[in-house]
Amino acid sequence: MNAPNPNSFRNQPDERGHFGQFGGRYVAETLMPLILDLEKEYKAAKDDPSFREEFEDLLEHYVGRPSPLYFAPRLTEELGGAQVWFKRDELNHTGAHKINNCIGQILLAIRMGKTRIIAETGAGQHGVATATVAARFGLPCVVYMGATDVERQQPNVFRMKLLGAEVIPVESGARTLKDAMNEALRDWVANVHDTFYIIGTAAGPHPYPELVRDFQSVIGREAREQMLARTGKLPDLLVAAIGGGSNAIGLFHPFLDDADVKMLGVEAAGHGLDKQHAASLAGGRPGILHGNKTYLLQDEDGQIAEAHSISAGLDYPGIGPEHSWLKEIGRVDYTSVTDDEALQAFQLLCRTEGIIPALEPSHAIAAVRKVAPTMGKDEIILANLCGRGDKDIFTVADALGVKL
Amino acid sequence: MSRLANAFSKGRPALVTFVTAGDPTPDATPAILDALVEGGADVIELGMPFTDPMADGPAIQAANLRSLAAGTRTADILRIATDFRARHPEVPLVLMGYANPMTIRGPEWFAAECARAGVDGVICVDIPPEEDPELGPALRSAGIALIRLATPTTDAKRLPTVLQDTSGFLYYVSVAGITGKQQAALGSIEDAVARLKSATELPVAVGFGVRTPDQASAIAKVADGVVVGSALVEMVAEWGPDAAGPVREATRALADAVHSAKEIGQQ
Repeated sequence: MNAPNPNSFRNQPDERGHFGQFGGRYVAETLMPLILDLEKEYKAAKDDPSFREEFEDLLEHYVGRPSPLYFAPRLTEELGGAQVWFKRDELNHTGAHKINNCIGQILLAIRMGKTRIIAETGAGQHGVATATVAARFGLPCVVYMGATDVERQQPNVFRMKLLGAEVIPVESGARTLKDAMNEALRDWVANVHDTFYIIGTAAGPHPYPELVRDFQSVIGREAREQMLARTGKLPDLLVAAIGGGSNAIGLFHPFLDDADVKMLGVEAAGHGLDKQHAASLAGGRPGILHGNKTYLLQDEDGQIAEAHSISAGLDYPGIGPEHSWLKEIGRVDYTSVTDDEALQAFQLLCRTEGIIPALEPSHAIAAVRKVAPTMGKDEIILANLCGRGDKDIFTVADALGVKL
Repeated sequence: MSRLANAFSKGRPALVTFVTAGDPTPDATPAILDALVEGGADVIELGMPFTDPMADGPAIQAANLRSLAAGTRTADILRIATDFRARHPEVPLVLMGYANPMTIRGPEWFAAECARAGVDGVICVDIPPEEDPELGPALRSAGIALIRLATPTTDAKRLPTVLQDTSGFLYYVSVAGITGKQQAALGSIEDAVARLKSATELPVAVGFGVRTPDQASAIAKVADGVVVGSALVEMVAEWGPDAAGPVREATRALADAVHSAKEIGQQ
């Protein structure tokens, strides 16, 4: 066995849950004992072959993994530069990458003897994935969702209800993902004795950023093997959209020590970086919210700003702490694209490849559209197609002025 | 003797009262603070509003948002504190709030501003002992007490960690939950306070869900102090800029109940 590489980018966080200066456990005392328990239980689960076997079995037979690695010929031709490949996580059960993490967390919940599941959701993809695994394991499930998101994501609200979850619209703040997370934390603090909080992104108090990343890293591990098997080499550039950043860290993490693989995380620039947006790295600075220290959109007093993105899944004023660290050390580049650019990319993929992407990966596709023409035809871009767009057709129709 | 120590050495339990700074406006807060003092409060907790008050129930959430909507800035809160100290040289003042507004300009900045304003202590809801370096050392070297929270989930094994470097008093959160909601059973509070007092010399004040003089009196019989927040904040919500009078009367009723609950021997 090789000795651990002291210069690895893959050995974060430290034992206190810090990624450099980011991450940590900034929670109320009531939650601290539970957070420490969870950390202990997750460590034990990682070392338990039966936990891994059950996780992998469910990913294969219930989620439908491995997801395909797909070369996009017509998009590549249209962009006229690097070859564009997609990791097809939108083909997962429930239509997004979110289920990978939910399978892992519900197995932890059961391991810890918890009998009630709560979650927050933005676009509703994580809510649907959580409701799905709760139904699969027969546990009651409450999903907090901003009232604004409830309005713009009706199909997912109905899906969650069909799956037996109780969906609670959150009326505070801008009534989006941040407010849903506040409300889920309030529920958790009052019900710590029996409740497991399935956090949907690679953020929140330690150990959530680490365990969500680990569960999502199946994306990057598969993609790395598949790409080597298909092309005999590694991709030159990885691209993924970032709200909290779970699909991006899931794709990036297994490649972090491959020095020749560049990575690009794509934040939501909303109406533009000079207007309302959700690009925490581009427009924010480090602060403390929802249990971790990370880049946040905020004013000079530390009051959190309202984010905006056409994509409900990216509409959050923070980002997972590992991304903040990867930005600071320069291992990953981060950029942003606007609502309009994402909408154009959405239509481009529909037209060229017969794939309707979710608005979240449409941000990644928009970045691919910019960067592919600047690269050589022998170079490879691998983008994460982390969700399908069925849920977004009403939002897109509305933005395009089409009445359904 | 420090102002906080003094407040808990009057031979009877102390009343600790909480209101949110800048609610309903920064200009209205001084009169409300004066009303708390005139009503007989022994310690004043001044809430620093935050956009995302995750540990608070509906009443204090709404107070936070009213204050921010009125344009309250950190500078206003420090000015309110400074002016309070000038008017009330002996009454301990504690700032209570969330990590981000307290640390955004750096902990040293915040600690220095607290010291300059005459603030005696700070309660930060979301900095547990594990993240103490984020705020604790700066406060302690500026002579400001960092007051930690103990909760029903803080077990015997963890308690020493919570008590480490805590000063002023220990705030016992009597329910696992958010502010202003349910009240814990008296028996469980009594047991918990006894457990805490066997582990620390610090006074123990009990809060969360205490609303009426009767409840406050019952808790005062088994603790060194009682914290009342949401009930007062709801009066501010109801009366707005005219809240001082009703808050004074309510505080007086609470103070009478708490102060007469029992005698505490002088140490």
